[in-house]
Amino acid sequence: MKLPIYLDYAATTPVDPRVAEEMMKSLTMDGTFGNPASRSHKYGWQAEELVDIARNNIAELVNADPREIVFTSGATESNNLAIKGAAHFYSKKGKHIITAKTEHKAVLDTCRELERQGFEVTYLDVLPNGLVDLDVLAKTMRDDTVVVSIMHVNNEIGVIQDIAKIGEMCRERKIVFHVDGAQSAGKIPVDLSELKVDLMSFSAHKIYGPKGIGALYVSRKPRIRLEAQMHGGGHERGFRSGTLPVHQIVGMGEAFRIAKQDMEKDTKHIIELREKLWNGVKHIEETYINGDLESRVPGIFNVSFNFVEGESLIMALKDMAVSSGSACTSASLEPSYVLRALGLTDELAHSSIRFSIGRFTTEADIDHVIGQVNNAIDKLREMSPLWEMFKDGVDLNSVQWAAH
Amino acid sequence: MAYSEKVIDHYENPRNVGSFDKNDPTIATGMVGAPACGDVMKLQLKIGENGIIEDAKFKTYGCGSAIASSSLVTEWVKGKSIDEAQQLSNTEIAEELALPPVKIHCSILAEDAIKAAIEDYKAKKNN
Repeated sequence: MKLPIYLDYAATTPVDPRVAEEMMKSLTMDGTFGNPASRSHKYGWQAEELVDIARNNIAELVNADPREIVFTSGATESNNLAIKGAAHFYSKKGKHIITAKTEHKAVLDTCRELERQGFEVTYLDVLPNGLVDLDVLAKTMRDDTVVVSIMHVNNEIGVIQDIAKIGEMCRERKIVFHVDGAQSAGKIPVDLSELKVDLMSFSAHKIYGPKGIGALYVSRKPRIRLEAQMHGGGHERGFRSGTLPVHQIVGMGEAFRIAKQDMEKDTKHIIELREKLWNGVKHIEETYINGDLESRVPGIFNVSFNFVEGESLIMALKDMAVSSGSACTSASLEPSYVLRALGLTDELAHSSIRFSIGRFTTEADIDHVIGQVNNAIDKLREMSPLWEMFKDGVDLNSVQWAAH
Repeated sequence: MAYSEKVIDHYENPRNVGSFDKNDPTIATGMVGAPACGDVMKLQLKIGENGIIEDAKFKTYGCGSAIASSSLVTEWVKGKSIDEAQQLSNTEIAEELALPPVKIHCSILAEDAIKAAIEDYKAKKNN
């Protein structure tokens, strides 16, 4: 067993060895190192062919046309290009954008920037289960709404938004619909020939591909226009200039091909391990799963252990690599904004741990994790004044705390 | 975040975890912090008639630095008079544990816990 046990697959994944092997073929003199934009010689043609194959693999996973795939440096850039690109292009029609409070920072911060440029942004509250309230969304849509951006799967709690319904709502009103699909592609089926999604962001490193490469799906029917954010040689049909990183693209293509081929197997494996983990910790008093219990991906499992602070819990869970919604793990000293948006109390937000399970997690890993979690909670609750008060029947909400 | 060996030692082997009966007149209790901020410290001192701190116990909800700061304080105050304990400053705690800047508030909280406990003791005596 490799320690610490990696349970942070939602942050990033290791590159699948099958992917790494393909990537290595596009780097050296012996390999396909050429510039795909070189039209005058074989090095360029061969590189272009690899890019085409990768593009096909990516398009196939999400049932899109390969001409709808634009390579970027990752999902952050895809989100920027989609939201800023569409907002700028359609700004004559209106300047209102809708997103949700639980979106990734790459969406929220992009929207903040657009606010500085004169756009108006509505940040929707979510229901306590983390899902967007579709009635509220409908009421928020206006004649001057140009872009709606809602993520498919939330990176912290794993809930799946109903992008099919939201897509219908946007299409009826001719609003551009962008979906951040960084956490969904390759993990749950995505059929862009059916979904009324106009723009969708993808990342390679969340599904066993390399970091530094992603893509944006730009619908052709209906045809979605964007203002480019990166100018230069007019690569990617002018949507995104810059020499294509062939090895990265090959890696992403191979990762997406394998994701499609292994999706059923991976999902079954991850569900089994998630169930095992939950069965090993659910007897612990005052333990809560964050996010909707039905509409969720199996790989992201966010749990709050009440009356135990997240960072000290992470210290106690030293044999595993997990992340916490607690303030103390970040410089901001604010607990996770996603968990706060669900209406969690500060104590529960501070007490959360995100376990994210993946392709290479084993049963032995989970057994070890269960043992360590149980020991850690026992130890920390023994030390926790809040636990002691709870056990003495004190209502913690009735206590006058001095905030500091 | 990389912690100093001292923080890890106090975290792994916290000294004097536990509680005294807070209604006992010789026990001073200081509870500081708030769950919303991610730290709550409870420090209890057993104070002899001569004003000397005979024993100390703590319980802390918080990060590793908060636990280490309170554990360290329970060691330091034992055998000290109330006045001496009152003099303990957060900088001494932060220095001893080599706390990084973002964790200085943990040492401040530990200092506040001592002061709160001593206030509690004085209030009890005046009653």
